[in-house]
Amino acid sequence: MERDVAVLGVGQTKFGSHPDKTLPELFAEAFFEAFDSSNIELRDIEAIYFGNFVGEITDGAANLGGFIADEIGLRGIPAYRFEGACASSSVAFRDAYLAVKHGIYDCVLVGGAEKLYSAGTPIGTRALATALDSAYEVNSGLTFPGVFALIARLYAKTYDIPLEKLREKIAHVSVKNHKYGAMNPKAQFYNKFGDLKVEDVLNSRMICSPLTLFDCCPMTDGASAVIIATADFAKDRIDEPIYVRGAGQSSAGSLFRQKWDVVKALPRKRSAEMAYREAGMTPKDIDVAFVHDCFTIAEVIATEAMGFFEYGKGADAVEEGLTWADGEIPVNPDGGLIGKGHPVGATGTAQIYSAVKLLRGELDFIKIDAETAITDTLGGDFGTLVNVILSVHRR
Amino acid sequence: MFKDFFSALMEGKLIGVKCKDCEEITCPPKSTCNNCGSRNLERIELSGKGKVVSYTATYVAPLGYDGEVPYVVAIVELDEGAWIVGRLDVDAEKADKEDLIGKRVEVYGKEFPTEQFYPDKQRRVVPMFRIVE
Repeated sequence: MERDVAVLGVGQTKFGSHPDKTLPELFAEAFFEAFDSSNIELRDIEAIYFGNFVGEITDGAANLGGFIADEIGLRGIPAYRFEGACASSSVAFRDAYLAVKHGIYDCVLVGGAEKLYSAGTPIGTRALATALDSAYEVNSGLTFPGVFALIARLYAKTYDIPLEKLREKIAHVSVKNHKYGAMNPKAQFYNKFGDLKVEDVLNSRMICSPLTLFDCCPMTDGASAVIIATADFAKDRIDEPIYVRGAGQSSAGSLFRQKWDVVKALPRKRSAEMAYREAGMTPKDIDVAFVHDCFTIAEVIATEAMGFFEYGKGADAVEEGLTWADGEIPVNPDGGLIGKGHPVGATGTAQIYSAVKLLRGELDFIKIDAETAITDTLGGDFGTLVNVILSVHRR
Repeated sequence: MFKDFFSALMEGKLIGVKCKDCEEITCPPKSTCNNCGSRNLERIELSGKGKVVSYTATYVAPLGYDGEVPYVVAIVELDEGAWIVGRLDVDAEKADKEDLIGKRVEVYGKEFPTEQFYPDKQRRVVPMFRIVE
């Protein structure tokens, strides 16, 4: 029998630099915030779904399920480590959601942690590149900024937008997300770059042409945690459960195997459609979106593939203000990956943290009248895609 | 399998597989057809010619590649339809100044030192694209 599923407490560390903590120690901080706002007993948690991307490389740490469980006082219960690159904790979340929905568990902990800032840029860049095709893409020295630089040029050609014009349009994503990130006390760039200008983005250091430093999200240390349970369990314990209305997931291979599909982010379209179908919703029912803006161009193609704008119109939309907090569909009002930071394995459940807090009216730095939110997390060059729809309404 | 691809490339041959069910050419080779997923494949040699569909001059490299910056990574659409990733043998400045999309290229292999995470522990071969027009 299928059960409705709801989110109880959520937690997130400050994003940025945490060289003084291990991955389990960092995760514990996020978990305690989530647990302390869930009104449950420790023994209510039946399993742990933990997302981490490259603990082996950054901290020499694998087999993290057990170490996480032990760190937070839950030794003994099943504890899984999920890896789907930048979507690691979103994959964990969807599996956790399915387990609760289908009666395997009643209450579980989901989350993630990553320490890419502390690893330093050269190791961090190499670690991130492990999410690309190891034999046929990485050998050329392709990086993640490189992937989205390639996609930016493909986008410009596909929609016949001069490259310099496109650079200006997508720079608005950075301006917008830094504005909100500067307002978010948990963001890596809190109180920084809040009045960034388009010219600042265009004139910052070139990373992979045509993308500059401000087109890119930063390297980040951070953790996030979410406790989910059956809706009946949740409503007995907290006042404002946020209901998980649908979750979609999709996969693809290397960038070059996907050919022109990358411009339309077809794996994301599949994943989003799966989530909309389960929720019985369309993009018009969504009030706010937390999407995977690892790079400025990435947010643009995400908003198109998720159905908010026609293909080829996403860059115009951000320039016209349609994705700002007071726009038609606010996108990343928590700062997104660009302004808030991107602790890869923690990013998916950090999006859920922001979505849940916003729907409860608990994001103190920004208020948006919203009842339904969608999250969107991308792993690799579209290799792993997850979308989650959350609502204040159970049905 | 991937080692055969790069060994052939160093001998001047670009190899792939052709699907006997749908005719799709998959390059570099994969265990199944990139179009229909069939295992009914035959090994073929491609022309090694194609055109640039996208590229990026890379200024910040991963550990193990830092000595090579700046370099220009490109995607080429081969005349047989497959896309492959490699490097354009033009300098970064030229790549940033001109629009190289659509330029005709020929593929050849170049050997670089391997690095600790690369699956081939002896060497790292990069498909290089020489502009021919």
